[in-house]
Amino acid sequence: MGISPVLWQFLVKWLHASALFPAEASTISPYTDALYFFLLAMTLVGLLLVGVLVFGFSIRYRREKNPVATQVEGSTLLEATWTIIPLAIFLVTFVWGALLYFRIYDPPANAMNIYVVGKQWMWKAEHPGGQHEINALHVPAGRPVQLTMISQDVFHSFSIPDFRVKREVIPGRYTTVWFQATDPGTYHIFCTQYCGTQHSGMIGEVTVLSPEDYQKWTQQSTSGMSLAQNGERLFASMGCNACHSGNAAARGPNLAGVYGSKLTLTNGSQVLVNDAYLRDAILNPSQHITAGYAPIMPTYQGQISEDGLIDLVEYIKNMQSNFRVQQTLMTSESNQAAPTTPTEGTTSETVKP
Amino acid sequence: MSTSTPNLHTIVSLPDQSTAKLPKRHYINNEHGLLSWLLTGDHKRIAILYLISITFFFFIGGAFAGLIRLELLTPQSDLVAADTYNKFFTMHGIIMIFLFLVPSVPATLGNFLIPIMLGAKDLAFPKINLLSWYLYLAGGTLTLAALVLGGVDTGWTFTTPLSTHYLNTHVITAATAIFIAGFSSIFTGLNFIVTIHRMRAPGMTWFRMPLFVWSNYAASILMVLGTPVLAIAIVLVALERLVGIGVFDPAKGGDPLLFQHLFWFYSHPAVYIMILPGMGVISEVISTFSRKRVFGYTAVAFSSVAIALFGFFVWAHHMFIMGVSNYSALVFSLLTMLVAVPSAIKIFNWAFTLQKGSITFETPMLYAFGFMGLFTIGGLTGVFLGSLGMDIHLTETYFIVAHFHFVMVGGMLMAFLAGIHFWWPKMTGRMYPESLSKLAAVVTFIGFNLTFLPQFILGYLGMPRRYAAYPPEFQVLNVLSTAGATVLGVGYMLPLLYLGWSLKYGAIAGDNPWQATGLEWQIQSPPLTENFIEVPIVDYEAYDYEWLEKKQREQVTTVG
Repeated sequence: MGISPVLWQFLVKWLHASALFPAEASTISPYTDALYFFLLAMTLVGLLLVGVLVFGFSIRYRREKNPVATQVEGSTLLEATWTIIPLAIFLVTFVWGALLYFRIYDPPANAMNIYVVGKQWMWKAEHPGGQHEINALHVPAGRPVQLTMISQDVFHSFSIPDFRVKREVIPGRYTTVWFQATDPGTYHIFCTQYCGTQHSGMIGEVTVLSPEDYQKWTQQSTSGMSLAQNGERLFASMGCNACHSGNAAARGPNLAGVYGSKLTLTNGSQVLVNDAYLRDAILNPSQHITAGYAPIMPTYQGQISEDGLIDLVEYIKNMQSNFRVQQTLMTSESNQAAPTTPTEGTTSETVKP
Repeated sequence: MSTSTPNLHTIVSLPDQSTAKLPKRHYINNEHGLLSWLLTGDHKRIAILYLISITFFFFIGGAFAGLIRLELLTPQSDLVAADTYNKFFTMHGIIMIFLFLVPSVPATLGNFLIPIMLGAKDLAFPKINLLSWYLYLAGGTLTLAALVLGGVDTGWTFTTPLSTHYLNTHVITAATAIFIAGFSSIFTGLNFIVTIHRMRAPGMTWFRMPLFVWSNYAASILMVLGTPVLAIAIVLVALERLVGIGVFDPAKGGDPLLFQHLFWFYSHPAVYIMILPGMGVISEVISTFSRKRVFGYTAVAFSSVAIALFGFFVWAHHMFIMGVSNYSALVFSLLTMLVAVPSAIKIFNWAFTLQKGSITFETPMLYAFGFMGLFTIGGLTGVFLGSLGMDIHLTETYFIVAHFHFVMVGGMLMAFLAGIHFWWPKMTGRMYPESLSKLAAVVTFIGFNLTFLPQFILGYLGMPRRYAAYPPEFQVLNVLSTAGATVLGVGYMLPLLYLGWSLKYGAIAGDNPWQATGLEWQIQSPPLTENFIEVPIVDYEAYDYEWLEKKQREQVTTVG
């Protein structure tokens, strides 16, 4: 008798290494778990009720005890009871779930933004400061982080179970999700939308660092070029500056300070300029003509990668004046490349808190 | 032997086995030869054809389930490569949903029973009924062709643009298969609706119909109105692949989310197509084995219709995390909560049917009890997913896999097996072996829970569905699940064996072994090709056991 000690040790270790409940590692986790436990309780009570009724009646009215059934038509009162009480409980879960949904999907205004591009089969994270990561994401603890995500090919879904957040990453449109990590450590990133052969390999790790460690990490791992600086180069090399020069006589609208403003289009509609709008206006300009301008901008569909678009968006987002645009314009007119070496000043400007 | 002291453990009353024989003429021996089956217009024979074919596909789909569970025994994808695993779950999904669950109860039990329950000779369109089986067979054959040629790895959901631009497998073949099989389902639904409206026997009013007919009626409406949308979505996928029309392609001004809307506009109601007929079976079984009219008959009947109605307006709850507007998410979440209510109503009405009954526990009843427990869990975990904020964490994980297996396998398959055992004596004229079948019901129940309960925990841990490889900390629960699947497999093999055995060696059942009230139990087993010798006149409500008793007393006096 008895299990061999080696096998026993193996079993103990194996069971120890297995998980039964995910870590609570973001400010949202406790809220999600609270609703989960409420729903679990609802399920258990419901199951218990059905179980008691079925087993209770089965014992009380089994044929040996009750050889002849008494016919009953039904009862309006009972029907109303089991219509209204479940409905009320379901409505509570509806309201609770809706509140949680808005909490998870409405980012706080002060969230720092990181871009995520999904492609078969990897996650690319692009920090505005110029840190690029693949299947990894470094974030500071205690600070709200918003992810602006897009897919380069098929549907993906970005999930961090220990943070209880998830959002579909879709081709052709930005989706966002936010979280505030609480505990330094590493946590799984999963792609949860089936995306082809290596779907189960599209995983990564989010590393939560203390604010000091995060500071160190940003300095050590920057590529030297912020996204906005990349965007500035692209802006010049694609010739955007030829029209969007900010001059009074320019053929394209002035882009300085345009982000976050309300634009009136030729069709009379008002739009809020955000990441999605900027991306769309670059790819499908004919649909987004600012009032007062001629529809002359060609489409850039297929000419800029999603990473390039992110650079451009980030550049326009941070563009406060047209001074450098006009400077670049002059240098590019003299057939010189756009400036490549950033100055200290612009770096600290573009990395916004 | 002695019939003077009735056995209180069972209601089964069989004719004296030493003298009993199957009726001389019935629908099975009415004509002979393969052609008499392949060209038949008899709804009962078509039901048998369907039963054989869906059983075949069930075991193929089940084999894929077994392979999936075997692969998931270890965290690495070591049994098969990732692309093979992807083909496994795709084939499992396509076969189980389109070739087993959707036709399971309606095309077999529904085909067999609805005309008889209404007192009709056949369905309204016997030839369309046969055509529908051939379409099913064509769809099934094409699916097998896609499988043999190398498989498909789109997942049963055919998500664009993955299915349209990024896969080189036999997507078009599989899509055509589903397109064709869809028409089989439309024709069955159409046939049922017309039959129920036009061919009820004199006196068979709407509210005298058995609840099995009501639930199949509701499912038929969903089939007729929903399936064409699936056909459209599938055709658009094929066109996108073949000529690149760009409806779902953002680079051409299309919208990939549109596919999700179209697909789920069918595929959510499809869930109710699958479960409603099963609910009908449960109503019949619970009433019969508790000797009582179904509690709140009208509530149960209308809850089926309510499910069919609301079922059409909840599709976007599959898209809560896909960037639909927050406000449309709110509306769809609210409607989802409403559609959960009729199911709760049904469960409580069945529970109260037992009250003051005279209950026995034959195999169909055990399966029905299994259904009630598992469907309650499946339904309530659906509320988790309908609740917006909760859905974010749970969707696309094993939680959702466990949830729909509780509804579809725990619910629907249990109901199907309850129905097969319940009407087996009517269909074949012979009884199945009682103790072996009770064992199978218990084994299925245990195996099912062991397979799918761990998956709820895995889901909350965040394990994504459709992963060939997973982090090692999830292994223990996966091993448990695979162990359960093995038990479940045994539970499903048993009926195949003993039901086959019973065809030759089962006890002769007689007309009405369960003392049930439905019209189908008042005729011989197996029935005549024309069902009734003369058109029955219905002058009693469904589940009227007093009427049955009176009738039996009169018969005894006449014979005596």
